[in-house]
Amino acid sequence: MSFPWANEYKPSHPFMQWMDDRLPLPRLVFNSVGAGYPVPRNLNYFWNFGFLAALCLIVQIVTGIVMAMHYAANTAVAFDTIEMTVRDVNWGWMMRYAHANGASMFFIVIYVHIFRGFYYGSYKAPREMVWLLGVVIFLLMMATAFMGYVLPWGQMSFWGAKVITGLFGAIPFVGEPLQQWLLGGFAPDNAALNRFFSLHYLLPFVILGVVILHIWALHIPGSSNPTGVEVKAESDTVPFYPYYVAKDGWFIGVFAIVFSLMLFYFPNSLGHPDNYIPANPMSTPAHIVPEWYFWPFYAILRAFTQDFFFIPAKLMGVLAMFGAILVWFFLPWLDKSPVRSGSYRPLYKKFFWFGLIPAMAVLFYCGGAAAAEPYVMISQLAALYYFAHFLIVLPIVSAIEKPLPLPYSITESVLGTDEAAQLAPSGSV
Amino acid sequence: MAETEGVRRRDFINIAAVSAAGIAGVGVVIPLVSQMSASADVLAASSTEIDISAIQPGQAIKAVFRKQPVFVRNLTPKEIEEANAVDTASLRDPQTLAERTKEGKENWLITMGVCTHLGCVPLGAGEGEIKGEFGGYFCPCHGSAYDTAARIRKGPAPKNLEVPEYAFTTDTVVQIG
Repeated sequence: MSFPWANEYKPSHPFMQWMDDRLPLPRLVFNSVGAGYPVPRNLNYFWNFGFLAALCLIVQIVTGIVMAMHYAANTAVAFDTIEMTVRDVNWGWMMRYAHANGASMFFIVIYVHIFRGFYYGSYKAPREMVWLLGVVIFLLMMATAFMGYVLPWGQMSFWGAKVITGLFGAIPFVGEPLQQWLLGGFAPDNAALNRFFSLHYLLPFVILGVVILHIWALHIPGSSNPTGVEVKAESDTVPFYPYYVAKDGWFIGVFAIVFSLMLFYFPNSLGHPDNYIPANPMSTPAHIVPEWYFWPFYAILRAFTQDFFFIPAKLMGVLAMFGAILVWFFLPWLDKSPVRSGSYRPLYKKFFWFGLIPAMAVLFYCGGAAAAEPYVMISQLAALYYFAHFLIVLPIVSAIEKPLPLPYSITESVLGTDEAAQLAPSGSV
Repeated sequence: MAETEGVRRRDFINIAAVSAAGIAGVGVVIPLVSQMSASADVLAASSTEIDISAIQPGQAIKAVFRKQPVFVRNLTPKEIEEANAVDTASLRDPQTLAERTKEGKENWLITMGVCTHLGCVPLGAGEGEIKGEFGGYFCPCHGSAYDTAARIRKGPAPKNLEVPEYAFTTDTVVQIG
């Protein structure tokens, strides 16, 4: 579906016409990310991060395929093949660091993309499916990143694998057999490394498939926008090509500068030095931390230190950690406010900036810190707010809040209320 | 000739076909799931013999059992006394030292070196490693402290360090697994 005023695909070259009659793939591209997709004219820079996330996925797939050409998933040589890729393979250092830092860049981009959704209510009707598929993508990304971090078979790889698969051991009755089934043994070893490699290669293509569904679902109602007011007329939109292709292209340039700085000047700053020590099952590093993008959830895992009625603390931590992401699935139904954008929701905006964001920041910090006081208590308080924000604050706020008056249309929000402005054809300003 | 009530021939064929496909589906899934379990070579290496003759009272060694560390510790009389002085009712995972060792060999504390919280290797078995405030083992990952019977006393771990199945084959050799 698209708006009635969307540009129609009219191939000029006879070959493209011939193609369109048989396999209308160019038409699909034209209508998805070309001139045939009308987009609200008022998108701010936060809307660039979706396109950027797709770019990150492609960077990861390309550099990942290269890495797989030089890597061997065997505990005897895995560590060395990564080091040899970096030292001996032509441009291997660049491929390796682009892949490792690319994962971090991907998560930075995706976190901005997700929190854009939180602030502007992008998850609300009629875009619930877009949101739900997005959460699925995020879960798949986490699984993929975790397994990728195991592959170099350094100390953090090994102990990360042990701790994370140990989480499944917390499940009553089936936990231990499940953990052994996941690992193919009693501890992470060759069987685990091999299957992690297999799945690490597979999952990005699964993510790619879900991304296509995510974009498909997005194109049914069309993109949201910072006012949260739906598109009413042609003057509210501009075609994706050339307007947003140009804007996204410019933003890719900005992103490339940041990525290059990381890649060429600070390639190891987001990694952990212990992962340059080969895996040793007999010795645990003094301070096990996951990759930085897992820190908020790792802090929630460790925040549970007391048994909760009959549920042991360890299981509570595991449930809470997964629950912290699963609660996002229910977001469209927890936040019942008909107003989408946080810009027109004074109370919601306060809880977003002074509640959710600080809680996430604190959890992020505590997740990377040692598991000692005062960090445990601080992360308990932050985790408490995190869950309260979604389960208590959002339903109450959406019930009692008096939103600000919304603009009549996107065009009005951009150009003011005079009649000439409202009648301005798209792209004329 | 179509029957108006009861099971028609076509219904029967449909149900039979879908059932057969379902059973075949389960038959395909079982091997696909089962192949991920520990393979025969992994299971074959799941028993270990350890010579304990060189371990003096107060010393401990780390051995490997199922690719995981196992702690063999020769307790001093003082450590045994400390372990027996604890009121088991006050413990998170109540067990006596006697229940965690073999009869007549109560100085030999043999446990997995795997913290029951998230699987780190606790400190305390190696020379000069800190033993935590209860004199047994201390896990540096999340601060679980175990006593001289390797029972959980403080921190997030839910259980005592696991005692694997083992037997003394002679006075100086232990077979684990």
